[in-house]
Amino acid sequence: MAQAPVLPRGFELPLEPRLPRIGSVDQVAVEERAADLSRRSIKRESKLFALDLAVRMMDLTTLEGADTPGKVAALSSKAMRPDPSDLTVPPVAAVCVYPNLVPHALERVGDSGVKVASVATAFPSGQSPLEIKVEEAALVAEVGAHEIDMVIDRGAFLSGNYAKVYDEVRRVKEVCGEAHLKVILETGELGTYDNVRRASLLAVAGGADFIKTSTGKIQPAATLPVTLVMLEAIRDVYEETGRRVGMKPAGGIRYAKQAVQYVVLLNETLGPEWLTPDLFRFGASSLLNDILLQIRKEKTGRYQSPDYFTLD
Amino acid sequence: MGSPALKQDRSPVPSAFEYAPAPESRDVVQLEKRYGLFIGGEFVEPRSGEFQPSISPATEEPLADVAYADAEDVALAVTAAREAFDDGWSDIAPAERAKYLYRIARILQERSREFAVLESLDGGKPIRESRDVDLPLAAAHFFYYAGWADKLEYAFPNRTPRPLGVAGQVIPWNFPLLMLSWKVAPALAAGNTVVLKPAETTPLTALLFCDVLRQAEVPPGVVNIVTGDGRAGAEVVKHPDVDKVAFTGSTEVGKEIQRAVAGTGKKLTLELGGKAANIIFDDAPLDQAVEGIVNGIYFNQGHVCCAGSRLLVQESIYEQVIAKLKRRMGTLRVGDPLDKNTDVGAINSKAQLDRITELVRAGEEEGAEIFQPPCRLPEKGWWFAPTVFTNVAQSYRIAQEEIFGPVLSVLTFRTPDEAVEKANNTPYGLSAGVWTEKGSRILSMAQQLRAGVIWANTYNRFDPGSPFGGYKESGFGREGGLHGLEPNMRFE
Amino acid sequence: MRLSVKKTYKLYIGGSFPRSESGRSYEVEGANVALASRKDLRDAVRAAREAFPKWAGMTAYNRGQVLYRVAEMMEGRREQFAELTGSEAEVNSAVDSWVWYAGWADKLGQVLGSSNPVAGPYFNFTVPEPTGVVGVVAPEEPALSGLVARLAPAIVGGNAVVLIASEHRPLAAVTLAEVLATSDVPGGVVNVLTGRKADLCPVLAGHMDVNAIDLAGVDGDRAELERLAAENVKRVVRNGEGQSPWHAAAFLELKTVWHPIGV
Repeated sequence: MAQAPVLPRGFELPLEPRLPRIGSVDQVAVEERAADLSRRSIKRESKLFALDLAVRMMDLTTLEGADTPGKVAALSSKAMRPDPSDLTVPPVAAVCVYPNLVPHALERVGDSGVKVASVATAFPSGQSPLEIKVEEAALVAEVGAHEIDMVIDRGAFLSGNYAKVYDEVRRVKEVCGEAHLKVILETGELGTYDNVRRASLLAVAGGADFIKTSTGKIQPAATLPVTLVMLEAIRDVYEETGRRVGMKPAGGIRYAKQAVQYVVLLNETLGPEWLTPDLFRFGASSLLNDILLQIRKEKTGRYQSPDYFTLD
Repeated sequence: MGSPALKQDRSPVPSAFEYAPAPESRDVVQLEKRYGLFIGGEFVEPRSGEFQPSISPATEEPLADVAYADAEDVALAVTAAREAFDDGWSDIAPAERAKYLYRIARILQERSREFAVLESLDGGKPIRESRDVDLPLAAAHFFYYAGWADKLEYAFPNRTPRPLGVAGQVIPWNFPLLMLSWKVAPALAAGNTVVLKPAETTPLTALLFCDVLRQAEVPPGVVNIVTGDGRAGAEVVKHPDVDKVAFTGSTEVGKEIQRAVAGTGKKLTLELGGKAANIIFDDAPLDQAVEGIVNGIYFNQGHVCCAGSRLLVQESIYEQVIAKLKRRMGTLRVGDPLDKNTDVGAINSKAQLDRITELVRAGEEEGAEIFQPPCRLPEKGWWFAPTVFTNVAQSYRIAQEEIFGPVLSVLTFRTPDEAVEKANNTPYGLSAGVWTEKGSRILSMAQQLRAGVIWANTYNRFDPGSPFGGYKESGFGREGGLHGLEPNMRFE
Repeated sequence: MRLSVKKTYKLYIGGSFPRSESGRSYEVEGANVALASRKDLRDAVRAAREAFPKWAGMTAYNRGQVLYRVAEMMEGRREQFAELTGSEAEVNSAVDSWVWYAGWADKLGQVLGSSNPVAGPYFNFTVPEPTGVVGVVAPEEPALSGLVARLAPAIVGGNAVVLIASEHRPLAAVTLAEVLATSDVPGGVVNVLTGRKADLCPVLAGHMDVNAIDLAGVDGDRAELERLAAENVKRVVRNGEGQSPWHAAAFLELKTVWHPIGV
């Protein structure tokens, strides 16, 4: 059993390694700030820049019980070449699939540069014994997934068992090997922004390379204010320790306009050096086609129809 | 003397993600070349014969010529107001009087883009603010007070409210249309008629408002607009047939006005300057507190009487807060007020820019440390970069005098008592901010701070239902809410 | 010769205009009007309960604007209402009632609420809050302005209403429902049922998910209805004539909050 650090009552983190204090988040103010940033008017070349970036940052996702090798093959093709009629549109960052489909995705993407991310740890609920969850993650890493998206145990978190949550992140990180680890907080279940911040810092303490909002299986999933809270936690970690942790909003981002708002949020909270798929991803599926529609509209001046874009 | 405050062009590092210009179109506004005075329901030539241009502070371009009223013009306006009052404005069934005000509110909502653009053009504030704050609040003020016009008997237990007569009103340039609505709406709801003198540098939205009066079919003489400078304002104040004087502006002029009406029996309300303390405790939600600091002093370029111009930060979190603040200041976009992405607009006038510059220079000379984020300021127009001073002593001019610009002075404190002491150590008392997660501390601070408006875990929030006004030299009388009715009435 | 297209007078529940689930109607004022059943009433209460949180959660200013818009829309249909009621004065009174109550939305808190000086280091304040779902039985006469005089004060504070219209002159109520449907009133905030009061009133009075009931429109014996109301301790409201903020207060609860003052 791993050594969890002694966490004093009130959950103030220890001084070494120096992590920022947990503190609190004012709901009204954070929602207002997010709304303010969402009203930025991003036009023309800056809009194209943001849309292009959003494509490069996308983890194109399919996480259904009904997924098959065929479905994943089609998704992977779309990921590598989103718009066959416009080859200036870049490939996405990654495809995100269930563990069983990882080999098929790997085969399809080859050495195109598109990564394969897999969920693990009894996704989406996380309500399985730790050993099973760690074993699943280890298997997925062994099979060759580039990225692993784990879920935290929300039951443990909400019942105050923070040590267990921390411990599980650490154990999974240990078996990831080369793969980078994203930790899904499932913010829609956490109840308050204070808890989102707490969970963010906990995941980072446990070794997360990325923190991610949601499994996409419940509502609410990603929102601008929740993303802002997580980015602010990441900023505090960076200020305090120099360590850069990435962020991924997932679920509920359907429209290009929203994607642009997230890019603005990232730009004004963390700064231009963070505008890279190495530090920010979108977990989405139908978003891609809406972005393609908007890109073509910016380039041609005409509003577009979904009929002209392949489903996969 | 290479003072950073005077070096106005330090370009920021170009970023990968530059926002393209996003200008709001000016076409929505039709300006006349010349405006007379609005007296007795129509525009008339000024007896003074004097016209001056109103200048756009962002470009220094003249927008329109505006009449400058003299004593004779003001007298005509007061006569028109008195006639309208005697003719029946105060006798109109209150429910019908309410309907005029509801009409005004609705028309302002319908024409809000037009007014917002004009406000930004004439005054220099960002279109985002005039569109999202000034206009909605102005309409809301008329809507709110419309509702009181026929309910006055519920507002004053055991008293019979009656209108005062003619209200003389002098308003400032920082929220021109909003200040107009704060003055006109309750005055009319109470059954008074009005002579209003807009600020010298921002007359245009008041003049466009006359068209709203026309569309709402408000009877002639009920609202009269006399543009001009301080001389016209002084005439309005001292005219013997004005029953009530309402003034918003500097403490200095407020005192002059109070002296001028002494012994006349005129009812007076004053809403004057401030030097508000924004107090951050160590348990505050820090990132949101920084937003509150920024909003408190850089909103409307700091041209706000209740601006949080003194940051009082608990010493234990000083480094962290200043670092966050400086970082956040770096994302403020200063520039064309009509660009939808602009956060900080132009300084309202050359005179105001000179005052700010002078005080900032004094701050550096007295030994405070200045910081301004890199920003690209336009060639023409009047601009000042967002500024923060650290190492400020309570006695420095920048900690005592109202700068009325985007300049923040930072002081520290150790305990709540010390914070209260420092916050109250000023002749002003308009507003204060308190940031802490602890409810009992919010209430304790609220109890001890000598200010008319206390914002806890927020700042610069306004609502027509929320009474606003100061303690001490920040003035007396309240505007907004049930309490805002009282200054407009007399009681039998 | 052109034949007119006659209106069908249906119920107004949850923002839509359904026929009675019973399929029945009754002939009145020269038209067939839906005859609401107990199941329709059940549906209406459910719709009101669902709509309540959103309406109560809107800012008072927003609610005031919605009521003002009802007045605007009604004013636009003056002729239609004057024809139904036979009285322009009644229509004026109804429209002006909406305007009057619209202005109260953001003032009730200041007139009815308070900050209370208690003998201890506590901040203590009282705020009015809507009680929830309110049942209103509209008077038989005047069928339009009497209804508005009961309805506007019930909803201005944030309550959702199930209203039983005048049995013998229901057309004005249904036409008013059309106005409500085009005035930004969220669906379910007001529900209008037409039919036999003798059938509907006991069901409304006995419904366990209705928080308050206004029996002003009940002619005859109210005692039985008041007894039924006691089953879930409904607030039984007996507002008088005219307009008053106290008519709105009758449907509001008062909540008092304490918080210590200290460092």
